[in-house]
Amino acid sequence: MSNTNSQYLIDRGDNQYEVVIGLEVHAQVTSNSKLFSSSPTKFGSEPNTQVSLVDAAFPGMLPVINKFCVQQAIKTGIGLNAKINKRSVFDRKNYFYADLPQGYQISQFKDPIVGEGKVILDMPDGQKEVGIERLHLEQDAGKSIHDLDPQNTFVDLNRSGVALMEIVSKPDLRSPDEVSAYIKKLRSIMRYLGTCDGNMQEGSLRADVNVSVRPIKSKEYGTRCEIKNVNSIKFMQMAIEYEANRQVDLIEEGKSIDQETRLFDTKKNETRSMRSKEDAHDYRYFPDPDYYL
Amino acid sequence: MTEITSLSLSNLVNKVKKKELSSVEITKSFVERSEKSKKLNAYITDNFENALNKAKQFDENPNLDLKLPGIPIAVKDLFCTKDVKTTAGSKMLNNFIPPYESTVTQNMWNEGAILLGKLNCDEFAMGSSNETSFFGNVQNPIDENLVPGGSSGGSASALAARLTPVTIGTDTGGSIRQPASFTGTVGLKPTYGSCSRYGIVAFASSLDQAGPMSQNVEDCALLHEIISSYDSKDSTSVDFKRNEYSKELNKDIKGKKIGIPKEYRVDGMPDEIEDLWKKGVEYIKDCGAEIIDISLPHTNYALPTYYIVAPAEASSNLARYDGVKYGFRAEGKNLIDMYEKTRSEGFGSEVQRRIMIGTYVLSSGYYDAYYLKAQKVRNLIKSDFDEAYKKVDAILTPSTPSSAFKIGEKTNDPISMYLNDIFTVPVNLAGLPGISIPAGHDKKGYPLGLQLIGKAFDEQNLLNIAYAMEEKIGFENKISDWWMK
Amino acid sequence: MSIDLKTIKHISKLSRISVDEERADKLAKDLSSIFEFIEKLNELKTDNVEPLTSVAETTLKLRSDEIKSDNIRDQIIKNSPDSNEDYFVVPKVIE
Repeated sequence: MSNTNSQYLIDRGDNQYEVVIGLEVHAQVTSNSKLFSSSPTKFGSEPNTQVSLVDAAFPGMLPVINKFCVQQAIKTGIGLNAKINKRSVFDRKNYFYADLPQGYQISQFKDPIVGEGKVILDMPDGQKEVGIERLHLEQDAGKSIHDLDPQNTFVDLNRSGVALMEIVSKPDLRSPDEVSAYIKKLRSIMRYLGTCDGNMQEGSLRADVNVSVRPIKSKEYGTRCEIKNVNSIKFMQMAIEYEANRQVDLIEEGKSIDQETRLFDTKKNETRSMRSKEDAHDYRYFPDPDYYL
Repeated sequence: MTEITSLSLSNLVNKVKKKELSSVEITKSFVERSEKSKKLNAYITDNFENALNKAKQFDENPNLDLKLPGIPIAVKDLFCTKDVKTTAGSKMLNNFIPPYESTVTQNMWNEGAILLGKLNCDEFAMGSSNETSFFGNVQNPIDENLVPGGSSGGSASALAARLTPVTIGTDTGGSIRQPASFTGTVGLKPTYGSCSRYGIVAFASSLDQAGPMSQNVEDCALLHEIISSYDSKDSTSVDFKRNEYSKELNKDIKGKKIGIPKEYRVDGMPDEIEDLWKKGVEYIKDCGAEIIDISLPHTNYALPTYYIVAPAEASSNLARYDGVKYGFRAEGKNLIDMYEKTRSEGFGSEVQRRIMIGTYVLSSGYYDAYYLKAQKVRNLIKSDFDEAYKKVDAILTPSTPSSAFKIGEKTNDPISMYLNDIFTVPVNLAGLPGISIPAGHDKKGYPLGLQLIGKAFDEQNLLNIAYAMEEKIGFENKISDWWMK
Repeated sequence: MSIDLKTIKHISKLSRISVDEERADKLAKDLSSIFEFIEKLNELKTDNVEPLTSVAETTLKLRSDEIKSDNIRDQIIKNSPDSNEDYFVVPKVIE
């Protein structure tokens, strides 16, 4: 639904809506070993064969940071024309899940390693600048497998502790095409620099997609919903289309949009609300006392 | 002939090197004495059979160049010992057998020592009386129904009762120094970063430190030089040049300046403690050192600061105990139910209380008011010491606000229990070294300790001052073996 | 500062520790008195004070990107209360 200016808009009679998109891209760092342990990071190994005592959070185990992963993040930051922060802090993000053995994820909250930057996209009707808010390093979680047993979930911790770069864009994207161009651009930068292989099938690159809509010409942002963990460009585009239309429909009906986390159902091609937790996640971030700055 | 178990560590090491005693003889003595002392409940797990085998192996091929040749040593059950059950005093880890060894204990085995057993402690090192252990209370050998202090209560008790020649404990807010004071023994909490935390069940990461507990300062120095090392597996471990603490031990402290902080004179401080402190001042002067009055203005805020920072870090460190990978698991209808039941049944009430405090002070809306505030006050407390150390070389204070109290006396009032740590906690917050040496007895005849606080990484100086004072004090621990009757 | 039952229930959920009514009551009382004690910190003005970041004066030592671990799956999994040869097993999350 685009007009002659090739602007992506959603029409409902006389009303036109613009779609505002921000992406949080999770890119697995290309490295031999994990971010805080010396386990290998190779994809596709037998379950739980790349898990050390540190990865499995055994009592008394301590994280030791991988210098190369830090360098990879800095390199990527330079590729994004971004500010490299000389001082950055690792924080603990506390929550419980079966594939999070420590009961917290080591991430970066207030002081990420890379600050603001930008990326230039080559679109059919000219160049578009997309702002980068920040890039930070964090641990990846393991995998929970729900469909091998009716009563139980199986947990594979191979991926637990692999280094991720989380690249947060500013809400500058306006269409599924721009999103595709953005992802491809990020991927090509990182592949060129050798910091991430961008292999979405293997899960090296995935994104949380934040979508909101607003009447065209409005300067205020609408309520946004976050679609978590989308692992292909095609799905991102489909998810955005579905979600934007869903939100517009609600507005047209006079209803409000709940700020919530959603999943993209790849079989039904629609987004749906994740089981709502009674309280929004309170991650209780605090600087990780297991190392100095 | 003096009983083998009455000999100091240095003495035992000497006798082994001179071939006057064998490892088997020594190990057998400690095993026999330990077996007669079950009433103290100092042990959670004994390793007696293995120890005797190892002793035999040692004697068959003795390496007499080692620093702890064939010496049996029991350790606090917070240190992960390979293939030997490690419980942290908790139901949560009651069946946990680590496939790895902590760096600190490995350092000891590398010098020829033999694991005698794992000693009782407050659950996850949270407590000041060894009354929160899943494995029951520990008796202080000084008198019946007396607490040994905590959290290294089993260690202090076993040491004072001579069930082990030396031991190691951990100290987060006073857990080595306070039980040392209560049992008439010596306990050192080293500078933060001096001993590796790898393989020690973590309580509060920025405060925990392993340390030696011994009958005298010389033994303490010897054990410290063995356990203190730089460890690349612990990112908080500091790479600095470590002295040969026992070789360089020196009683000459003439001209050293010892600070007396006025803020440690707390309201309602018992006369006996005040008197002991005054006596301490006299001993220092006798040694030729100088007494200087100093001020540590933020002392009164140390305990509240500690009870924000420690529980906060603990709440996060104990999140890994979820029944998934190891340890206790309760049945649950689904994942969350399993978590909630596991943690509510696996953890005791003090641990649960502290996890809740910690969770709350980190939670949304409260982080700034509590945790951030506490970290700022912590900075002020550390700065107090930095200022003081421009004028003095070490600081003298009492170790504890009283002698050992009766089992059950303080269990109903958490705050009165927490006040036990009032003199020890500031030292952990500032990351400095602190040692407690026995310095006298109270009216009931129970031991009282004096604490010396040193500059960061200045353990040699600290040990020297303690060594000099020890001689002047001439303390004798009156242990009657009442539990064997 | 008084900690009420609602707060106890909230904290107990966040920390994944279930408490029954009786225990919740006792916890509320204990925590209230502990927090009253902790509030003493409010006496201090700390607007211009930096939070303590590390106790020791040292720089962070970084590890090189070498693989050091062997496959120790057996050791890792055998400690688990419920597992099969390959995976940790846990009850399902309810969706």
